[in-house]
This record gives sequence, structure tokens and C-alpha cells, in this order.
Amino acid sequence: MSKTYETVIGLEVHVELATKTKIFCGCSTAFGGAPNTHTCPVCTGMPGSLPVLNKAVVEKAVAVGLATNCTITQNCKFDRKNYFYPDNPQNYQISQLYYPICRNGKVEIEVDGNKKYVRIHEIHMEEDAGKLVHDPYTDSSLVDYNRSGVPLIEIVSEPDMRSAEEVIAYLEKLRLIIQYLGASDCKLNEGSMRADVNLSVREVGAEKFGTRTEMKNLNSFKAIARAIENEKERQIDLIESGEKVIQETRRWDDTKEYSYAMRSKEDAQDYRYFPDPDLVPVMISDEWMEEIRSRQPELRDEKRIRYKEEYDIPDYDIDILTNSKKLADIFEEAIALGAAPKKVSNWLMVETMRLMKEASIDADDLKFSAKNLAAIIKMVDDKVINGTVAKEVFEKVFAEDIDPEAYVEEHGLKTVNDEGALRTVILDVIEKNPKSVADFKGGKEKAIGALVGQTMKAMQGKADPSEVNRILREELSK
Amino acid sequence: MTITDETIDYVGILAKLELSDEEKEQAKQDMSNMLEYVSKLNELDTDSVEPMSHAFPVSNVFREDVVTNGDDRDNLLANAPEQKDGCYKVPKTFD
Amino acid sequence: MKLTAVELGKKIKDKEVTVVEATKACLERIKALDETYNCFVTVDEAGALAQAEAIQAKIDSGELTGPLAGVPVAIKDNMCINGMLTSCSSKILSNFVPTYTATAVEKLQEAGAVIIGKTNMDEFAMGSTTETSYYGVTRNPWDTDKVPGGSSGGSAAAVAAEEIPYALGSDTGGSIRQPAAFCGVTGIKPTYGRVSRYGLIAYGSSLDQIGPLAKDVTDCATILEAICKHDDKDSTSYAQAEDDFTSALVDDVKGMKIGIPRDYFAEGIDEDVKTAVLAAAKKLEEKGAIVEEFDLGMVEYAIPAYYIIASAEASSNLERFDGVKYGYRTAEYRDLHNMYKKTRSEGFGAEVKRRIMLGSFVLSSGYYDAYYVKALKTKALIKKAFDDAFAKYDVILGPVAPTTALKMGESLSDPIKMYLGDIYTVSVNLAGLPGISLPCGQDKDGMPVGMQLLGQTFDEKSIIRAAYAFECTKTYKRPDALGTVEAERGLA
Repeated sequence: MSKTYETVIGLEVHVELATKTKIFCGCSTAFGGAPNTHTCPVCTGMPGSLPVLNKAVVEKAVAVGLATNCTITQNCKFDRKNYFYPDNPQNYQISQLYYPICRNGKVEIEVDGNKKYVRIHEIHMEEDAGKLVHDPYTDSSLVDYNRSGVPLIEIVSEPDMRSAEEVIAYLEKLRLIIQYLGASDCKLNEGSMRADVNLSVREVGAEKFGTRTEMKNLNSFKAIARAIENEKERQIDLIESGEKVIQETRRWDDTKEYSYAMRSKEDAQDYRYFPDPDLVPVMISDEWMEEIRSRQPELRDEKRIRYKEEYDIPDYDIDILTNSKKLADIFEEAIALGAAPKKVSNWLMVETMRLMKEASIDADDLKFSAKNLAAIIKMVDDKVINGTVAKEVFEKVFAEDIDPEAYVEEHGLKTVNDEGALRTVILDVIEKNPKSVADFKGGKEKAIGALVGQTMKAMQGKADPSEVNRILREELSK
Repeated sequence: MTITDETIDYVGILAKLELSDEEKEQAKQDMSNMLEYVSKLNELDTDSVEPMSHAFPVSNVFREDVVTNGDDRDNLLANAPEQKDGCYKVPKTFD
Repeated sequence: MKLTAVELGKKIKDKEVTVVEATKACLERIKALDETYNCFVTVDEAGALAQAEAIQAKIDSGELTGPLAGVPVAIKDNMCINGMLTSCSSKILSNFVPTYTATAVEKLQEAGAVIIGKTNMDEFAMGSTTETSYYGVTRNPWDTDKVPGGSSGGSAAAVAAEEIPYALGSDTGGSIRQPAAFCGVTGIKPTYGRVSRYGLIAYGSSLDQIGPLAKDVTDCATILEAICKHDDKDSTSYAQAEDDFTSALVDDVKGMKIGIPRDYFAEGIDEDVKTAVLAAAKKLEEKGAIVEEFDLGMVEYAIPAYYIIASAEASSNLERFDGVKYGYRTAEYRDLHNMYKKTRSEGFGAEVKRRIMLGSFVLSSGYYDAYYVKALKTKALIKKAFDDAFAKYDVILGPVAPTTALKMGESLSDPIKMYLGDIYTVSVNLAGLPGISLPCGQDKDGMPVGMQLLGQTFDEKSIIRAAYAFECTKTYKRPDALGTVEAERGLA
């Protein structure tokens, strides 16, 4: 390759808002459920049915706009985007083209220590489509409208990203902001966050953008990174071989690691947008905007500062803890229940991370409650169990969120605090380990470790190691 | 404005209508007559006029975020030309 | 069956007539006449009789006391009724049975109406003659060679033929007022937002309104009062709807300022229509109204703007008819897009396709600004012209249509000529205003002439008052006149 190329990337990110009901009807948005059991005349496009806007959708969209430094469109409107496809029961999607709710935002990202802004062109509200499943028995498609009408925001960036790393950093940033706001859980694997990648290449130094393609069906960060690399190569190959890049929509197949054009002569990309006459304008007053702003929870950057001030924990820990709303929530809740910040942080940073890695899950998928973690910490503090037992119990809490106190009780894991009984066992250990005793008495401080170990073993782990240590020293100095 | 075959075919794709040759000729004629007729609006100077999509003087009509609908699947599906497994059945959409 | 809805309601209340008797009388009349007129798409005999008994019981127990309790009604076939075929007079919905009921119909049910069935219309309300129905043409009871007007032709003709005391229609560009005029009955197109559109199968969503067709102004005001409640299922339903329209039934127009647009009486209007409407204005003047001619302006731009906006909205509203969720699906198809195309091409009639094509074109890339936005700007200018007029006048008086009912088949051959017949009605929908159409005379062939009174937004009361005052002059008696026609024809 003689020339060097630069990749220019813009993103269209769809985020499903965490509302109880759909954007234009009172159907539940709950994930799962038998096909079409969350549908009504409105979200199945029955004739004569009419949409009525869910207020929570507007508030969540405004909250995201404010958190991403957007200008809020105070007189915003809905438009119809017309195209025929069976996942879209009206054959038009209610969306926003002319007056989207937010415009001109930006977020800061950091890649390899370099900070930069990615500008947000606009954020608009729209309705999600239904789900199509291929039925191999009849070689037809089956339509489920449970997702039809689930509220989405589409966050459209400017073409400000230049690499897959920047794209991932941008998506991570959006995800954190939105999760912190409680506006969405942003799960790529469940489709509550989806990204379409607009990509073009140009020679380094060129001013004009090249022809871009739009890549769809990207449902993990890895798939996004792979698709970007693949599309970049594909476009450079085309240019190098003297061909032209065609502006088109392509679908990424992550198992085969290639993309194909989604063109059909029946798909004229002419959406005939026009203002939806069934909906009235949304006027967002200054007061309403301020009210939404004042209800806005603490975002990550604010949280980092506060953690540093309030809890004496290292920056590294703060970064990890605040990198997931879920982790931060567990952290704060456990502290609120009386656990010491350092201890909670320790449990999250060490044991939780280890178990997450073993189970290969994200922090967002954590199932255990802060209450049960706090209970374990309290039992250790109260010397009801020792550290080893605590780890064993936590594994159970991590997996099934069991009640740790009941578990300890049931399995007889309590530390034996009967000093007389402990002393009897220790005397027995001293008697059976003359070598270690001699070593210790001869000045080998380390030798006491072996004796503690033997005692713990004899106690089936249910002793407080420091207590064992104390009594041992007492007996050996006699 | 003269309407070409291409335009009629294109609009047919947009509107999902398939016209016979005879209908197409008629549609070309009807549409060009109509467009010529409505071009009367060009007599009006509307440069400084805001387009009015709603004559209705109301804004901010909302629903509260409360689930009000139950499962009405079977009733709704009863009208479907074809159904299977609780779904609306359509010609395949995947290649 | 000469009774008005309110008169019949009173007789039922006074136990002079039972609900079942009233219902049976309608059903018999429909049996006798509807083969000739074809006003109905669906007559629900069994359902109506069952409703009649249930409603009678509620009247007897004192649960139902309103003026319309027990009075039969017919509903235009573009309003959904749970469990009843709702076809929009189209093949594409010829098997569609909704699972929900239009709010306006629900309000009538609450008021104790007996729903007899669904009336014929122009397919998807696109037309001014009721000749485009999949279920055949409806005939004008005054002269069966003539059209009843449209698109609510079935509702208007059924009331005129006394098959039913009153009916609901819908008006997107004159579809209540024009058939009312052609059939010699009274109809109100309410202010946009006055009556919920929930369950009304949309044609032009920013223009559509449901309203009553009945024998007189009193009926219309009473029916409107029953159906105009606010509905949280329709975002464009007006929240502060007042509902005491019957209080405007006062025979007094002293000092009321009535404007007559000179532009409505220019070229193209029939001499008989002009004479009858101006004579009506004179009557109101004699009763103390201040009647003045003025230039409204913008009249010739209303039809082009209307057809762009209505067709554009219709092209989108009718996309949902695709053979997937309900309605007709073509028998054979190659693939998805072929299924869409064949279903829609076979399911829609010529006029509907014509408007879908036009609407899709004016919204398409490159033409949106030139046509659609231009039409929306024109709409703003039309609204302004009315605002200026209503700064000076309480109501505007004019003809409903330039002619009386036309001969069958006369207008279908030339769409633009048919569209021109809507010249006095469409601007009212663009501006969202209320209008009432009532009979004011007959032409030289004895066909009814209608006049129209237009009011400011949400000021139905002024037009009801003016219409009622005019009606009280009784220059024009409807039922007797038609009775003679029918007697001659051997139908009565």
C-alpha cells in the first residue's frame, strides 16, 4: 500500500429507554414474554388507533441531552418515516427529523491518554420495530410486535472518530452516562443499546470526506471493532483497485466476519418524512428543563470527585468502581448499610472481580445485593466468621444472592468463640507438633504459621485466626 | 409537469402499488393534470409564511408511564390473514 | 319515522313508543328501501334488537335519561365498532372486524343509542359522490339517478330516506356538509379536536372530524353534545370541550354579524343555489342579523392545498393496509414485496390509488418543499384569511357546494372537476373551523339546496344559533317534500 489512509467514523446509537410502557401506548416494555402478548391496537397499527406520547420518554431524552451537553429543542415535533416492512406495523415509523429533541452536544473521550471531544449532531425520539423470526418449517417469517413501540432515542454523532478504539471509548462513555441517568440499562447483547457505524476512508491530509457506508447489526463491542477493521480494508481495497465506494447500507455477519449490501430494487431509500398529524408539538419550557436537570442523579465524574473526598480509597479503585453504575450502586448501598468503604471496595475490587472473570460476565449483570455483601462484612467484623469462610459464603452470594446469615447458621460455619474449647484443641496441636514448637521456641517466628494452620484445620476453619495466634503464643510462652 | 414512466414506477415502489399498463397511462395523465392544477399555489408569495402543520392550538399532550394494557393477543390476531405460534405470518424476509 | 331523533327520544321516554318498536320500524324501513338506495353496508338486525331490549331496561330503571336514549343510529363505515365489520367501503377491509370501538360511537352507546348498522361511503372517504364504494353506489332518495354526495353519502341518504333518525358521518373536506346539502338534511362538521378521532379510520388525520347528520339543527346540537367529550386516547382531542350546544338553540340573531364572502358567489355557482342561499341570508337579516358582503380571499387556493395535504397524509395513513395484520391479502404472490403490491393493487379502488400515488409523490425526495411545504404555507394563509374575517363577523354564511346533487357517473370521469365541487368546504377543514350545513331551498328540479354557516374555532354555538334561527323561519320543510317524492315512486 503506497498511500496512507484515515478512517472517518460517525455513529448512530439507538438506546432503548427504561420506561414501563411503550412510547405511544400503555403496553408493557418488559423484555421477553410470549410473542404479541404485549400488544394493543396502537402498537399493532390497527386502523383508527392513535398514538399518545409517554411523558417519561420526553423526560429521559431531555436528561440524556442535558448530560451530553446538547441544546434542547424547546418546540419539538414528531415526523413519520415511511417504509414498508413487516416489523413496522403502520409501515411508517414515528420518529423525528425536522425538530429533534436535542442538538449540538458533545462528550469527551480518552484513548491512550489522549482526550478529545466527539460532537453529537442530534438526539431524537422514535419507536422501536417488532421482531421477525424465520420459520424454517414454512419458510416464512413470523412477526412479534412485543418490541413494536418500545421507546428509543437515536444519538447521532458527527463523523469525529478515527479508529475503532475511539468508537469503543465513545460508546462506553455514552453507556455510562445513560446508565447513571437511569435512562436505559444499555445492554448491547439484549439490544437495548445498538450502534450503526457510518464509515468512510480518505487519504491522510485530504479535506473532503470519502463516500460512506452504513453498517448495521453490530451487537457487541468486539463485533463493532471487527466490522470497522473489515470495512476500512474493504473500502481501501476498492479505492486502490480504482473502484468506487458506493453509498449503501451493509449488514455485518459477525460469525462469518464479513458484510453484505442490503440493497433491493424494492427498497427505495426515500422515507417521505412529514410531520405526524396525530401528535401535537412538545414544548419544553425552561422550568421543565430545570426540573429535569435538578432530578438528574450524580454522574460519573461527580461521583469520582466525591469518592475521593468521602472515602479514602485509591484513584484506581474509584475508576473501576465508577466504571459501572451497578458497581457504584452496590458500593454506596453497602456503605449506607454500615459497612466500611475500604472493606466494601476491597470485596468489589478483589473477590467480585475474580468471580466476574471466572463467570465471564459484566458488572451490569451482577445479581447479588449490597445488603448481603454488607451482611458478610458485618459478620467478619463481629468475628462471627473468619475471612476464609467469608470468601466461601460470598461465592454463594455472588452466584445466587443467598441470605449469608442463614447460610452460615445452616452450615455451621460460625467461628468457635469458646476459648476453653479452642485452648484444648491448641494444646493437642502443640503436643502433636513438637518440631514446629521447637522451631518456634528456637527463634523461628515463622514456625507459628504451621501451628495456626494445624489448629484451623482441626477446627474445620471455624476459628478466628488471630485468636488462635494469641492463645498459641500464650501457651508456647508458658 | 409531465410525468414519465420512470416517475410512475418509482412512486409505485414507494406506495407499493402495481399498475397495469393501462392504469399507468391513466395515472401519468391524472398526476400531471393534478400537478399542473396544484401549481396554482406558485402564484402565492409564501416566502415569509411559516408552514402550518397543526391548525389545532394545543401542545404537550402526554400519557403517564403506567401500564394499562393487558394481553389482547388472540383478539388482535383473529384478523390476521395468516398466523402461526402467536405471530403474524408473512412471506420470508431473510435471504 | 317522520320524527326527529329528539322527538323520538321524547316519545320513548314518555312510554309512547318502546325502543324495540323504534328499532323495528327502522329495520323495516331499511328492508323496504335500502335495496333501492343502498345506504347500508351492514345492518345488524339481531344485535340492534338485543341492544334495544337492554336499553329499554335501562330506561325503565332510570339509568338512562338522556334525549337520545333508545333512539336508533347508523354509523359511517369508517368508524370502528367492536365485533362489527368495519370496511371503509373498501375491498381491502372487507373482512375486518375491529376489537375496539371508536370513542364517538362509545359516547353514543353510553347515551343509549341503538346501533343499527354501518353506512356506505366513498372508499376510505375519498370522494364526493359515494360512487367509489366497493359495496356499490348509494342513491339519492330525492332522485335515484343522482348521487347523494359524499363521502358520508350513506349516512346522509339514510337520514333523508328516513331509514334512520340520525347517523354519524366524518368530514375531511366536506364529507358531512356536502352530502347533507345534496340529501336535504342537516350536518355539523365540528371544530378540529372537538370530537375524538380514536377509532375513526384515518384519511387525512389533520383534517378529519366526526359529526352528526340528522333531520334538524336541534338533533345535530343534541348529538354533538353527546359525542364531543374529551378523550385521552386522541392527542388532538380538545381538553376544554364545552358540551352545552343545545343551550344555543335560541331563535334570536339580533345583532349577530354575518359575513357573506363575495368570492363564494363568483363564477361556477348554479343560479338556483345562489338564489336560495342569498334568500336565506335575507331571512336572517330580517330577523335582526347584520348581514354584510366581504372578500374572504384565498378561495381558489384551498382545493390545491387541500388535495396535496389530504393525499400526502392519506398515502401514509393507508400504508398499514398491507395484507399482514388484517384485511384482504392477495391469493398468490412470489415474495414479500410482491404480496404488498398485489394486495394493495387488488384491494384499493381507482380513486384511492390515485390519491395514494399523488400523496407519495408530493412527499418524495425533491418534491416535498415544492408541494407539501407550499401547501402547509397556503394553509397558514387560509387560516389567517378566516381569522381576519372572524375579527369582523360572528359567522360566515355561504353555499355548501356550487351545485345541487349531480347525476350518477358525471364527475368520476374528470377528477379535477369533481374536486372543484369541494371549493366551499375544504378550506374549513384546513383552518380547523366548525361548519353546519342545512337545507335552505330547492332547485328548479326540486333537489335540495344546502347552505353553510361557518364559525370561529370552538364557536359551534354561534353557528348552531344562526342555523336554528333560520330553521325557525321554516321556508323549507324536509320530510313532507321527500314523502311526496317517495309516494310518487311507490316507496312510501
